[in-house]
Amino acid sequence: MSFSSLLIMRHEMLLLVLILLLIAGEIFIPKHKKSSLVHLAIFLFGIHTAVGFLPADTETLFGGSFRTNDMIHLFKNILNVGVLILLLQSADWITDKLIGAEKGTEFFILLFSSLLGMYFMISAGDFLMFYIGLELSTLPVAALVAFDAGKRKSSEAGVKMILSAALASGISLFGISLLYAATGSIYFDVMAISMTSSSLSILGFVLFFAGLGFKISLAPFHFWTADVYEGAPIPVASFLSVISKGAAVFILLILMFTVMRPLIDAWQNMLYAIAILTMTIGNIFALRQKNMKRFLAYSSIAQAGFILLGLIAGTQLGASSIIYFVLIYIFSNLAVFGVVQAISNKTGLEHMDDYNGFYRTNPMLSLIMLLGLFSLAGIPPAAGFFGKFFLYTAAASEGYYLLVFLAVVNVTISLYYYLIVLRAMFIRTNDHPIPYFKNSLYMRLGLALTVIGILAIGMYSPIYEYIHSISSLLN
Amino acid sequence: MNFSYTILIPLIPFVVFLILGLNHKRIKPAVSGYIGVFGLMASAFLSYFTAYKYFFTVPKIDGIYQQITHKTVWMNFTDTLHIDMGVLIDPISIMMLIVVTTISLLVHIYSRGYMKGDPGYTKFFAFLGLFTFSMLGLVLATNLFQIYIFWELVGVSSFLLIGYYYTKPSAIIAAKKAFIVTRFADLFFLIGIITIGFYTGTFDFETLNDPTGEVITNWASTSFMGLSVLTWALILIFIGGAGKSAMFPLHIWLPDAMEGPTPVSALIHAATMVVAGVYLVARLFPMYYFIEDGFALNIVAYVGGFSSLFAAIIAITQKDIKRVLAFSTMSQIGYMMMALGVSGYDGHEGVGYMASMFHLFTHSMFKALLFLGAGSVIHAVHSNMMGDMGNLKKYMPITNITFLIAAFAIAGVPPFAGFWSKDEILVAAFEYSKPLYAVGLIVAGLTAFYMFRLYFSIFHGKKTAYKHTPHEAPASMTFPLLFLAVMSVVAGFIPFSNFVTANKEPFEAHLNYPLAAIAVATGLIGIILAYVFYKNPTEYPAKCRKAFGSFYKWAYAKFYMDELYFFVTRKIIFNCVSQPIAWFDKNVIDAFMEGIGSGTLKASEKTKKMQSGYFQDYAMAFVGGVVVISIVLIYIFKN
Repeated sequence: MSFSSLLIMRHEMLLLVLILLLIAGEIFIPKHKKSSLVHLAIFLFGIHTAVGFLPADTETLFGGSFRTNDMIHLFKNILNVGVLILLLQSADWITDKLIGAEKGTEFFILLFSSLLGMYFMISAGDFLMFYIGLELSTLPVAALVAFDAGKRKSSEAGVKMILSAALASGISLFGISLLYAATGSIYFDVMAISMTSSSLSILGFVLFFAGLGFKISLAPFHFWTADVYEGAPIPVASFLSVISKGAAVFILLILMFTVMRPLIDAWQNMLYAIAILTMTIGNIFALRQKNMKRFLAYSSIAQAGFILLGLIAGTQLGASSIIYFVLIYIFSNLAVFGVVQAISNKTGLEHMDDYNGFYRTNPMLSLIMLLGLFSLAGIPPAAGFFGKFFLYTAAASEGYYLLVFLAVVNVTISLYYYLIVLRAMFIRTNDHPIPYFKNSLYMRLGLALTVIGILAIGMYSPIYEYIHSISSLLN
Repeated sequence: MNFSYTILIPLIPFVVFLILGLNHKRIKPAVSGYIGVFGLMASAFLSYFTAYKYFFTVPKIDGIYQQITHKTVWMNFTDTLHIDMGVLIDPISIMMLIVVTTISLLVHIYSRGYMKGDPGYTKFFAFLGLFTFSMLGLVLATNLFQIYIFWELVGVSSFLLIGYYYTKPSAIIAAKKAFIVTRFADLFFLIGIITIGFYTGTFDFETLNDPTGEVITNWASTSFMGLSVLTWALILIFIGGAGKSAMFPLHIWLPDAMEGPTPVSALIHAATMVVAGVYLVARLFPMYYFIEDGFALNIVAYVGGFSSLFAAIIAITQKDIKRVLAFSTMSQIGYMMMALGVSGYDGHEGVGYMASMFHLFTHSMFKALLFLGAGSVIHAVHSNMMGDMGNLKKYMPITNITFLIAAFAIAGVPPFAGFWSKDEILVAAFEYSKPLYAVGLIVAGLTAFYMFRLYFSIFHGKKTAYKHTPHEAPASMTFPLLFLAVMSVVAGFIPFSNFVTANKEPFEAHLNYPLAAIAVATGLIGIILAYVFYKNPTEYPAKCRKAFGSFYKWAYAKFYMDELYFFVTRKIIFNCVSQPIAWFDKNVIDAFMEGIGSGTLKASEKTKKMQSGYFQDYAMAFVGGVVVISIVLIYIFKN
């Protein structure tokens, strides 16, 4: 392997180096100075994120197993930005809770390993690489979910996560072998040509799809979501709902539009049903939730249903609207999770009723929450509106009017439960509201980035235009 | 001709909003009032300047006013469809600029007196700025998408203003109701926009409205359920407009929205936001008129006519003065919608369009005056109920006179403004359909009656003993009243048909003397009846109530529309379709949340069992899902 191929894999290589550095740091840095590792890790990851934006070439490596192009780079950069914001928001939590328990470095290493797995998954040129990436991205998260070792719920969530993941990836692997049987290859390029709409390949496809459906929490593969989010520490729940879901959507988009394109008649029908089911289930369950983490779990399920609208369209417009939507979703959800985390860090409160009267004492955080929820609910001028609008039009342009109508109705329902949170914060009164608190610099930076993202992505149109131009690489 | 500076007209209020909103703890209340007023003065000045420049210095081409746009491509959607941002200058947008900035300026001035001492004084002015910005952005929009964005912003900022007294539960409920009902209507609006975008490939008003353009000439190319797709789209868009303009049956939010501060009612519910629907239809008028021979326009006419009659009947029975005014607004907007609906396009046939815009203009003046006058009465008496008032002419001379002028104007008594615009509407309706003309005439009589019932009960009538002696409002509040009173007289003499017409070509409008005489006579009968009934306390009202019996009760209860919604949402939709529309009413949702509702609760209990917490169950669902999907897909594609 020459040096130039290292450059092609620079995302992976840099992250690997970062992980190794952290392992070395864990060994050599004395115990009382461990907290400096947090600053170091965030700083290095910031550099890594910045380097990712350097221009990239279109290349393949390892005989086609690994490939990269502008679009794949964009995906990785989006994930990087998400993780960076997540780390900024979690810095306090890591310093306060983990460093003392000597688990701080472990957290970073596990998180970065999972991200590394996502890189490989997105860059995969064949199903072997894809599967390795999938596993590498899932297993560390299961460990992260169980990080609150003292809490029974956290351990339970960890076990549920790993069992569900094992089931999903087993089924997925079975599906991949059936696809291999049907096409005689595991390389995406070859499969795309030899794939035909036979019973075998459809069965293989459905089984394979279940694996990614699990990661994106599509109904009926979503059951783990709420339990795991509730048990997991907030940064991990945030990672699951934002980064992990985003990565899975990206690879699903690539595979559906290339390898699985010959089966488009089959999967359009399937996605139609799954989209309606997912949106509706997510929304109906979200209505009843009082725990913020469970609430956000169901909200993220409902949001996943919307993503399918773009997928169903199967056009370039669909692809660009999905990428755009995921980008916005990452920022919006991180804004909401960030506020939930800021409150939880200071007070340990996660119940919706605890938020009553929050606006009186902490107006800034309340306004960020308002912006994030408005973006999730799709109210202009927050970016979420544009994301949803493009998804509607992508689906409508292919004639899925009924689906668009149901989606709009679902958005209207979702507006209601997002307003419940805002009602608690802005309208309800409380004799003992959460007192005013000041956030650390990291947290403020993490929240500020999300606010800028939510406003800028909607308003600054070259972002969408770039995504639209780049999504032609799929065809 | 360069009009790109008009972008400043909405931007100035926005800057005011930013300054006041970001520093609301630091800025002294007195200063914030001045910032708001001066900002609006600048906007208003620019609007007047624009009107002068456009109407008197821009040369007409073939006798037609030009449409001037300045825009940039904001977002490329597909290769052909793109979204622009910009400003559109034509007669109706200029007219709306003048209406919005004038009324908003006066409301700013008035609020300095009315809101004095309110703890959220600065915040209130910030909200006013935000609202004005959104409304002006809506007016200047060059395309459907842009108008939609500002449309939603108007909704959000009016939500903030209606719910301003956030410690008052009824204000919160009202704000929520207004927001939910109008958003429900907006849902249809959005679907209409998407439909238009995809069938015509453009959102741009200029392209859409060109009578000889592709969009209008090819309307028949695609149809859906017996109507052209574009007709459907226009109907959907009208539903959006009907939501904001409180047309039947989407009017239920308007009376409740009176919970907001009274200056807000004058701004939002008299002059600006509620006429947005009328403006929207007028904006797309060539489409409404030409596509499918005006099928959608017919709907506009009948919905408008019905709403106007419906609201006028209710207005007679109400006891809260702001609610009387709310229903009166709904009735007058119905009038404007009806006028648009009966209008033709070319020359004098377009008199309905002209009349509608004319009435929009005059109505905004005298209705804002009525609201502000009511505000100063409420300010003095500390009550909204007519029963608590009486004989106020002694204590509040300026309010008395200005209110009387506005009442004459709305009743259509010459030479006040309402007479001129109303007369044109009746002419247009007469030429189009006799039943609609009859409706218009009846409404004119009812309007005169309920308005003078209001006037006599407040300023004349019984000698009420007041706890605190009422006193005239401060100068900051009486100045806007006097200004609007002058406008309510002179606005009628503007030769509107020289400026605002359907095809942008001026024509000569003449007074139709027989029709005018009939209308004035009807109005006078209404006034005289009100005089006999209410000038001094009499027994007639009670006798009338008895004579009408249950009909009176029905009307007083607003024909049970709220209850009807309640019934439909709770009993029918809630049980059958469950959630989607259930949010019309807080109680329905509360019932759901607390588990009072029966069917849905059972369903949700069942689904709750699905989420048992046992991994085995999850795995079963997972595998089951895979199996079912596989079987179904393979079955479909192998047969």
